[in-house]
Amino acid sequence: MSIQVRIPTVLRKHTGDQATVQASGTTLAQVIDDIDARHPGFRAAVVSEDGALHRFINVYVNDEDVRFLESLQTPLKDGDTVSVLPAVAGG
Amino acid sequence: MRDLSEEQVHRYARHIILPEVGGEGQRRLMDSKVLVVGAGGLGSPVALYLAAAGVGTLGLVDDDLVELTNLQRQILHGTSDIGRPKVESGRDTIAHVNPEVEVRTHLVRLGSGNAMDILAGYDLVVDGSDNFPTRYLANDAARMGGLPLVTGAIFQFEGQVTVFDPRVDVSPCYRCLFPNPPPPGSVPNCAQAGVFGVLAGVVGCIQATEAIKVLTGIGRPLVGSLLLYDALEMSFTKVRVVRDERCPLCGPEPSITSLIDYEHFCGVNT
Repeated sequence: MSIQVRIPTVLRKHTGDQATVQASGTTLAQVIDDIDARHPGFRAAVVSEDGALHRFINVYVNDEDVRFLESLQTPLKDGDTVSVLPAVAGG
Repeated sequence: MRDLSEEQVHRYARHIILPEVGGEGQRRLMDSKVLVVGAGGLGSPVALYLAAAGVGTLGLVDDDLVELTNLQRQILHGTSDIGRPKVESGRDTIAHVNPEVEVRTHLVRLGSGNAMDILAGYDLVVDGSDNFPTRYLANDAARMGGLPLVTGAIFQFEGQVTVFDPRVDVSPCYRCLFPNPPPPGSVPNCAQAGVFGVLAGVVGCIQATEAIKVLTGIGRPLVGSLLLYDALEMSFTKVRVVRDERCPLCGPEPSITSLIDYEHFCGVNT
């Protein structure tokens, strides 16, 4: 299972400055755990202490917001793209 | 609708000759009133292109003064404008580009006490502000006023643009996209983290594009879609933005029915 995960600038400090990382897993939670195993701190950047995704960070599987799918339990398949998107306010 | 003068036919000839715009589209632009929130990095290209396109009335709302550090990206302002209110510098620049445009300057910070009054005179709002409290406030006020909102935001090398249009049944709002602002201190601002100057130009021009499309009724605006731009990767990606049935503002059972000052809510001084 190869999932491409797109990392926004603000979170690249958690992925060794990589804009995209490859990860494996059959759910979004597993993919986040897989990245966190290699880049400790990544999970805490996207998942809050109560175990849910941070409300100010959106995660998309392909072009769908996982809040409207199954959140962290959203199933993933080979070739899916996960995009992590924080709210930004600069103007 | 007003008739075009001979000079106007010449000034806007390259738009009028486009079948999608034509004389009717041009008159719609000239009859339109657009409020630009923030006369900074995004507001600069938005205001310049809307002025050049002949939008009849442009409002600028900003309480800031021009600083030297702004000039790397805020192209409404020049070196001799340092220390002047941005709305006054912007008014002068717009007058130079197109003296037909009526500019209304609002030298205030958009707040719960003034937002509905300021928005009341306009047909469309473009948000180019630089902080979360203003973004939530502009969203709430535009939604309550029934006005389309073209929102754009930038950070370092990345930008986001989308359109919220309460006149479209399925249109989400900013709170559907981002239900909660980040906790204070969790996200650096542009002053702390830097911003690629020309990024503001690209994202602001996309906002101006969307504003003109909405005003003239052409094409498919970014309603229900969020455009993501990464300048380093030179990639444009679109993701879906869905109207949230649980949205406290535009959902079927709204809990937000009046404007709130979000400085306290967000806990940041911007």
